[in-house]
Amino acid sequence: MSDPTATQDLIKGADEPAASPVAVRDNQRSLWRDTWDILKRRKIFWISLVMLVVFLLMAAFPSLFTHKDPEYATLAKSMELPSSDAWFGYDLQGRDVWARTIYGARTSIIVGVLATLATVLLGGLTGVVAAYFGRWLDAIISRVGEMFLGLPYVLGAIIILGTIAPAQSNPGKVTIMAVVIIVLALLGWPILMRIARSAVIQAKHQDYVQAARALGAGPMRIIFKHLLPNSLAPILVYSTITIGSFIGAEATLSLLGIGLRSPVISWGIAIADHKDYLRTGPHAMFFPAAFLSLCVLTFVMLGEAVRDALDPKLR
Amino acid sequence: MTEVLSEQVGRGSHSGALLEVEDLHVEFRTRAGVAKAVNGVTYSVDAGETLAVLGESGSGKSVTAQTIMGILDMPPGKITGGEIRFRGVDLLKLPEDQRRKIRGEGISMVFQDALSALNPVFPVGWQIAEMFRMHRGTSRAEARKKAIELMDRVRIPAAKDRVNDFPHQFSGGMRQRIMIAMAIALDPEILIADEPTTALDVTVQAQIMGLLAELQRDSNMGLILITHDLGVVADVADKIAVMYGGRIVENAPVHDLYKNPAHPYSKGLLESIPRVDHKGQELYAIKGLPPNLLEMPTGCAFHPRCPYRRDNCVTDVPPLYAISGTRGSACHYWREVIDEGER
Repeated sequence: MSDPTATQDLIKGADEPAASPVAVRDNQRSLWRDTWDILKRRKIFWISLVMLVVFLLMAAFPSLFTHKDPEYATLAKSMELPSSDAWFGYDLQGRDVWARTIYGARTSIIVGVLATLATVLLGGLTGVVAAYFGRWLDAIISRVGEMFLGLPYVLGAIIILGTIAPAQSNPGKVTIMAVVIIVLALLGWPILMRIARSAVIQAKHQDYVQAARALGAGPMRIIFKHLLPNSLAPILVYSTITIGSFIGAEATLSLLGIGLRSPVISWGIAIADHKDYLRTGPHAMFFPAAFLSLCVLTFVMLGEAVRDALDPKLR
Repeated sequence: MTEVLSEQVGRGSHSGALLEVEDLHVEFRTRAGVAKAVNGVTYSVDAGETLAVLGESGSGKSVTAQTIMGILDMPPGKITGGEIRFRGVDLLKLPEDQRRKIRGEGISMVFQDALSALNPVFPVGWQIAEMFRMHRGTSRAEARKKAIELMDRVRIPAAKDRVNDFPHQFSGGMRQRIMIAMAIALDPEILIADEPTTALDVTVQAQIMGLLAELQRDSNMGLILITHDLGVVADVADKIAVMYGGRIVENAPVHDLYKNPAHPYSKGLLESIPRVDHKGQELYAIKGLPPNLLEMPTGCAFHPRCPYRRDNCVTDVPPLYAISGTRGSACHYWREVIDEGER
């Protein structure tokens, strides 16, 4: 090494053309930065993001969208069609459909997000543990997951909900929602466990995990600093899509009369309450159903956009 | 040095070398059978000394290193015998939490492919700083400062500006320098470099070897250099251990071996180096294939490929015959091999 700095500059210079122009301009390139660069060029991402913001505003501040009380009922106006006074008309009890649809967003999104969060925690934790420690622990977790996966979704929900929250009982709002969230998470965790498990198994055999061990890292550090950050992408993508499907699942359970129920306001309940009046007053069912579809679509679209951006093969 | 190290390992009262591997046996239990990867390897390194472990793929050189580090995947790997003494203490008998403290701080390691050995989602500076935070509980700012110092020490140009860059933004040679910075961060007494230059260009190889040699001189580390490339080690190593089929077939001071090998395999390796003065001639190659670890040849593992083979090579396993105090050869006919070299 006669003149190390000179040679090194040469090496550094030779390396640059291989990197994309973005790398030269932007020093902070990483997986997430790359993903963001791709995402921001995508129309579908911006559309779903705007819709998401609208739905989140609806859930957080329903009074921004309506000044009417969703609980206030005027039976005389039962099933009245949409008018300038009430944009979405009135439902069977004579309540404002617009107000109830707006207020329904909160329940649906809370149930979807919390159930997904519980699923990610339960599924992610079991998946990481199964993959990292392997052997008999992996075998037990995987088999238990398969048992839950083998239960048909609706059947499983009917059995569990029918047992812990029978239709005759009269629990409060929070209890009903908590029960539904727990059931959704209980039936949904195995898929996330499998995703987390396979992602961690893949990351586990990378050289940097062995290198970290060789430099003195313990199991916790390896899991949290090396395995988790490198397996986050598939978990994140699936979670986004799961929020949408859980919102739909909640509506299904409510429609069957075993999920949420009054006094909770939700799209599923509104659909269930008016399914018999489809021919005389379709508006009472149509608007909540349309909002439900749009909300599910928002999360699924967002999830797909993120997945496409994270997939290196599509770059 | 942590307390555990100074209490358990740091008495300094033992008489042997800093790191001694003695009669190590490692096997892998696979579905196809038991693969004997390491069959009685013995070597030692002292402070300031460089040992080159030479051998082709599957000779057991990397498995030995992984066993020393304690990062061998078990199962399928299994240590069936031997001792690894660091400052006189057998590492194989230490509980895992004490071994972990020795990793990185007492014995450290540089991997072959630095791109895959660095975590892709964190900046390199963070990864170097992590060594201090992990072992010493250094504060974030202090650790970062030390990371920049280390990057300077391994001669990464403009270290201050590059500390937040990610591994994929560096060239191969720079990445290996970062890997080296991480490995020497805590001033280990022994550094194992497992084919540190194999993934690099020839010009960069020389720089990395130079850097390793220089760091070793500065801090008086013991260096174990694992390689399959005889050319790489000539200038750097003090002594060489040649491995074949999980055994050491020859160990010697580096110049003795280059001048006159005492084992047919080392001789074959030397003759298969391309040389300028042999231009135009066919390049020598050792005939045959490396041994199948599931079905080791009887007797001397090298006998199916050996030009010196006699009948007893097929039946008798050659011990490591002592040629001199510092030299040994596991060949029944080592005299013949040496004599031929002197002619």
